[in-house]
Amino acid sequence: MFKSLAPPEYLATIDREKCIRCKRCIQNCGWGVYSWGGDKILINTSKCVKCLRCYHYCPEEAIEIKDNPTRFKQNAYWGYNHLRNIKRQAETGGIPLTGMGSDLPYTILFDNLLIDACQVTNPSIDPLREPMELRTYLGKKPSSVELEKGKDGKLKLKTKMPPQLKLSLPIVFSPMSYGSISLNAQKVLAMAAKECGILMNTGEGGLHEDLFPYKDNIIVQVASGRFGVNPDYLNAGVAVEIKIGQGAKPGIGGHLPGEKIPLEVARARMIPVGTDAISPAPQHDIYSIEDLRQLIYAIKEATNYKPVSVKIAAVHNVAAIASGIVRAGADIVYLDGFRGGTGAAPSIIRDHLGIPIEHAIAAVDDRLRQEGIRNEASIIAAGGIRSSADAAKAIALGADAVAIATAALITMGCTTCGKCYTGNCSWGITTQRPELTARLDPEVYAERLINLIHAWEHELKEILGALGINAVESLRGNRERLRGVGLDTQTLDILGVKPAGR
Amino acid sequence: MLEINASGLYYRELNQKIRDAVNNGEKEITVKNVNGQYYMGDGLRGKATITIEGVPGNDLAAFMDGPTLVIKANAQDNISNTMNTGKVVIHGNAGDVLGYGMRGGKLHILGDVGYRVGIHMKGVKKQAPTIIVGGTAGDFFGEYMAGGVLILLGLNNDGRPIVGDYLGTGMHGGVIYVRGEVDKKNCGAEVGILDLDDEDRKVLKDSLTEYCKDMGLSLDEIMKKGFKKLIPVSLRPYGNLYAY
Repeated sequence: MFKSLAPPEYLATIDREKCIRCKRCIQNCGWGVYSWGGDKILINTSKCVKCLRCYHYCPEEAIEIKDNPTRFKQNAYWGYNHLRNIKRQAETGGIPLTGMGSDLPYTILFDNLLIDACQVTNPSIDPLREPMELRTYLGKKPSSVELEKGKDGKLKLKTKMPPQLKLSLPIVFSPMSYGSISLNAQKVLAMAAKECGILMNTGEGGLHEDLFPYKDNIIVQVASGRFGVNPDYLNAGVAVEIKIGQGAKPGIGGHLPGEKIPLEVARARMIPVGTDAISPAPQHDIYSIEDLRQLIYAIKEATNYKPVSVKIAAVHNVAAIASGIVRAGADIVYLDGFRGGTGAAPSIIRDHLGIPIEHAIAAVDDRLRQEGIRNEASIIAAGGIRSSADAAKAIALGADAVAIATAALITMGCTTCGKCYTGNCSWGITTQRPELTARLDPEVYAERLINLIHAWEHELKEILGALGINAVESLRGNRERLRGVGLDTQTLDILGVKPAGR
Repeated sequence: MLEINASGLYYRELNQKIRDAVNNGEKEITVKNVNGQYYMGDGLRGKATITIEGVPGNDLAAFMDGPTLVIKANAQDNISNTMNTGKVVIHGNAGDVLGYGMRGGKLHILGDVGYRVGIHMKGVKKQAPTIIVGGTAGDFFGEYMAGGVLILLGLNNDGRPIVGDYLGTGMHGGVIYVRGEVDKKNCGAEVGILDLDDEDRKVLKDSLTEYCKDMGLSLDEIMKKGFKKLIPVSLRPYGNLYAY
């Protein structure tokens, strides 16, 4: 094998003066960058992905990971990744894979939207000393309710409410399967979901028995590979999600690489060890809205009518598709924008298919309102929620709740290196190698994730307080409290948002 | 022995009646006048045998876990979708996408089936599903197959091709047995065509003995004609598709 013509992306360097030859870098690197040369650490920098595990665990701070100054000549049109991918494709004939959400510099609408605040004419609220309601219920809402007097003379709800999922705040964890992430990473999500009163989602890889204690905080997923799906599984969680598509790879299926299919994952998925776990591009029993309805109700029949969520990637015709999903009987429509993360996707798909979540939320919320069916389903928005501000903006555009995954993984050590598909994650997150997964202590990292959710909770309350509203319900679809900066008229029109200054 | 009259019943009522009966410990149930009701046996558990008279609707035995359903007529699409255990016997033809993601149990069909039957079936060691089709099958038979056994007999096919194109395409586990010859041009790139060995003959004989008993057919008659075995040539048919 000749040396790749694509220069290494990063230069791993060791300050030989500082290095005490403790070999912790060798132990910690999942990529095989470091090895022992008898008297010093040897470096194979072409394997480095800049995940910074070695830097973090070097007791002497002797390690520095630099962007390789030896790059292709700078060119505003032929970018680094174009050249690199062409060279890799010329060498292998393969499709370059990538992990996490697209990092290309498309316009980020969240960063062009600003939230209102109160001054003089309406009072803001101090959330530290006044009640502030973030509780969110996901599910079908009746278009009207009837009340009746009970025997004790008190008013009672006469209308039978459809099943609701109760969240302490409008955030859930996005689906990530056992296989794509480690069981320990799933445990972190489950423990944090339970502690915070929110939900995690199994993704399509079955439900490991270690997660059974968290079943009241779990949504189980059914996707095209039907991995791990049986009646116990369907009834294990509080709701079932049918996955049609994913923002990072709309319209294509999943290939969990064989490197991430050891015995235990293979058993959970009921496939041979070391094979690629194939999730077909479509679900072959769903070629229409009518077919989708059939699966939704097959699941409802099998679960005594638990809520069913349908997850789709945000694509051009998302509003009409979402309308169909609601009419097919879904309780929740889960929209995943093109910035959404992935454990493995062809970079050409991730970077060039789909639409941003901001457009999708506005378009779907508008369409469902126009058709008078907005109450029939809740909207979860996902695909690049980086902060509580993104969450607040998504909710103001019309989402009932947001889903986060990358942000949650970052609390576990993820540095968004984007190499999840290799199964070598040095932080023990997107790997099944036992020596790597063992370093992700669920209790330690659950606490960090809980901290993040609590911090966002405080921030959301501060944002609501500044807006002078005391319940997230009043922010939902309240686009009057958003203003656009530097957005063209048509985009503002689609978002239903006025320009700043108006 | 309980009799349920399905005439005029919406599927929710009908399936609730069946579920209640099974939960009450009823072991033999006959459902009469079935006319296209969806989801019969959906998610149903237990050991009951349910005889269905009339044509049941789509998603029969979806997610089913234990019972035996005997259909004395034709049946429709999506039968045994992600079924876990149990058995479905169909004394007629059946439609498309049968046994999608099936994880265990048996699906015995006397007649012909449509497209994409047995796709993404899976199995581990003892828990593995079996589908036996007495007649012919359409395109994409055994697509993405990851485990289990598919048997295609082509009885009474009147000279029609026994199976459509893309047989076993994307297959990465499990085994397909076809009675008669298989042309490589009808197969997906991921399958190899082999002759039977002793282990195969045992699997076939065991599976077909039960099938013949269900259908009232002669095992000797069926075994007179030779079988071909199709298995994946690679555990990772798409292993070279990607640049890392």
